[in-house]
Amino acid sequence: MIWHSFFFALFAALACGFALAVVLTSNVVRMAFYLVLSLSATAGLYFLAGADFVGSMQLMIYVGGTLVLLIFGVMLTAQEEFIRISTRPAEVALAAMVGLALLILLSSAAFRVPAWRGDTPAERSLALTPQTVGPIAMALLGLRVDQAPPTADSPPNDRPGYVLIFEIISVHLLVVLVGAAYLARGRIGANSLVRQDPSQPASDLDDLADADPSGSELLEASQTLDSPAETGA
Amino acid sequence: MLALPSDTLLPLLPMASLLTSPIGVAHYLVVGAVLFTAGIVCMATKRNLLGVLMGVELVLNGANINFVAIGSPYLRGDAATLGLDGQLMALFVIVLAAAEAAVALAIALNFYNTVGTIDVDRASQLRG
Amino acid sequence: MAVTLNRALDALTGWLVGSIGDDAACGYALAAILQAGMLLNLVAISGLVFIWLERKIAGRIQDRLGPTRTGGRFGWLQTIADGLKLLCKEDLMPGKADWLLFRLAPYIGLAASLSAFLALPFSGMPHPFVAQRLDVAVFFVLAVLGLEVFSVILAGYSSASKWSLFGAMREAAQVVSYEVPLGLCAVTPVMLAGSMDLVTIGDAQQGGFWNWYLLHSPFAFITFGVYFTCATASVNRAPFDLAEAESELVGGFHTEYSGLRWSLFFLAEYGSMMLVSLLAAILFLGGWHGVLPLGLGSGGWLEALLGTGIGGYLGALLGLVLLLTKGLLLVIFMMWARWSLPRLRIDQVMTTCLKYCTPIAAVCFLGATLWQASLPNGLLLRPYNAELLRAQAAGPVATPPADVLIVDTAGGRP
Repeated sequence: MIWHSFFFALFAALACGFALAVVLTSNVVRMAFYLVLSLSATAGLYFLAGADFVGSMQLMIYVGGTLVLLIFGVMLTAQEEFIRISTRPAEVALAAMVGLALLILLSSAAFRVPAWRGDTPAERSLALTPQTVGPIAMALLGLRVDQAPPTADSPPNDRPGYVLIFEIISVHLLVVLVGAAYLARGRIGANSLVRQDPSQPASDLDDLADADPSGSELLEASQTLDSPAETGA
Repeated sequence: MLALPSDTLLPLLPMASLLTSPIGVAHYLVVGAVLFTAGIVCMATKRNLLGVLMGVELVLNGANINFVAIGSPYLRGDAATLGLDGQLMALFVIVLAAAEAAVALAIALNFYNTVGTIDVDRASQLRG
Repeated sequence: MAVTLNRALDALTGWLVGSIGDDAACGYALAAILQAGMLLNLVAISGLVFIWLERKIAGRIQDRLGPTRTGGRFGWLQTIADGLKLLCKEDLMPGKADWLLFRLAPYIGLAASLSAFLALPFSGMPHPFVAQRLDVAVFFVLAVLGLEVFSVILAGYSSASKWSLFGAMREAAQVVSYEVPLGLCAVTPVMLAGSMDLVTIGDAQQGGFWNWYLLHSPFAFITFGVYFTCATASVNRAPFDLAEAESELVGGFHTEYSGLRWSLFFLAEYGSMMLVSLLAAILFLGGWHGVLPLGLGSGGWLEALLGTGIGGYLGALLGLVLLLTKGLLLVIFMMWARWSLPRLRIDQVMTTCLKYCTPIAAVCFLGATLWQASLPNGLLLRPYNAELLRAQAAGPVATPPADVLIVDTAGGRP
């Protein structure tokens, strides 16, 4: 038995099993929980592939940040009637067929490349600690130290690394931070947007502005909002 | 209905001897494919807006597994000439996914506050 | 340590079974079980001690005696008696609870708290006692520590009780916010040592307390204070224990829990207290090195006396004792703070994080960087500078980025 293969099988089974559980369950809180387990098992797969920085990043940002945010959202919106929203059986059957076909296609394509099957064991050892932090940091700063240059006499900064992408992503994150804070500010922003819509009658809008988000008044307001659209269609 | 050629599933046979043979890139790609497919199906069938968002996360993770596996010298030995490109791409995907989730969640909460439901099938005001 | 243990266990199993596989499967399995068992026992036994200690300290602070009956004059066996009582209690579950999440939530917290110990070293370079030495150890420990919040959120949600849900919401907001300044503070020692490997960070501070990163610069000193505040908040201890504020929320997220499941939450809490304290000791307080240069490491008197094998191992063991002492002192400080300070309001908690801790941590990080850049040898006596030490620290890990840069810009690549 090879422990690397054993742990790969374990983490792969966890990741795939809980990913399927996300699809199959209809309770949105359970879905979020299974997603946490699936993505944590994926982090284990990254560790096994020697990408320990990516694995830690997955745990820190994805599981510890993004999914906490997601569960936060689920808890804010999971009122009685929204915990389980079922799908029509025909849609499920169609999606299952398409998904199965896609899965068979992708996985048979993966094993078509002989060099990828892992028959020829590469040089690897479980005791070896991968060192990826330094080279990743250098690549983000614009120097590729992990790759040999294309030709022997090319200058050292021939491959400029990822400094531009790093900067763009930093600015992008700032924009997202501001934008998300603006969007999530609450009903003040939302109502001002709706008020500018001339086709809606004003009485509905006043109902909407005064509605309590968790009460039944809001449901009625949403139904009155729905009805003109349906008659129009 | 799905007429498969008989040798389509043959390459999947190495999965049988999983515990005694070393792992290759293909095994990782299969895991990525399962996550990707699960995410697609999740996005297509869930009516809860946050469920759709979870499907997106699964799809992104499936892609990330492929990036890491193809760049990994542990799995490919000397054939891995990508260096850290795969890992860096995975890092960018993770960071952008966090940003995407923040915006999507803000939209979802806004939608919930405005319409009073989280069911995407009822988001039909713009239908005309 | 893992490598030594693997070799010894491989030899043992080879002798017992006759032959070992080409991948040394038995040796790895035994080594893994042994190390996991040691870490588990460390957390469990320190949990037992800490609960007793907390009750004694609380008693003394409030001018009473604390437990005195069970187990002699000082009540040593009080925790075990409590544990027996908890074992015998009925395991209740609310009727409307989500049974799967309700039952799983305590185990998630305990698993997160325990698995963070995997990457935590207990001694320095010649014999690093660490279950899995990682190049990203600081990052890994903080990441896994952040997963503990799921336990509280799921417990609070699945209990179907409004008190629990309030506690869970507070906890989610608090922990996610406090991870930002916590990470910013932990980056300062990482920057000073030039590595995320905790073994390298600890060894870069050897040779007496004036080499500790706590005393590196005024900025690093403030950083330590901010780190400790944020660590207290992120392990959900008073004065930041909003999630279980018993005066307003009954029991907070664990209102509906009883018996053994309830105690698992507390084992996880004490485990993470221990973890952040040990991490603080390694990052800022010299880790396994003594307050004065004791010469326990490589080239010291212990190795000269007993040889590099036994002497080095003994030195590592003494370093482990030193590290655990520092961690214990920090835990006692946390308990002192808990019984001295009143609990904050939720808006005060968020204000402390977002308006004070985060900007202070950012400014201090910048200040420490500038200090290191302008005074690379420090203001005080610093016989060991970090560059020298990294050159000394032999071993497969610790390729510092700075060296890579030098090699790279020299153009000496193949």
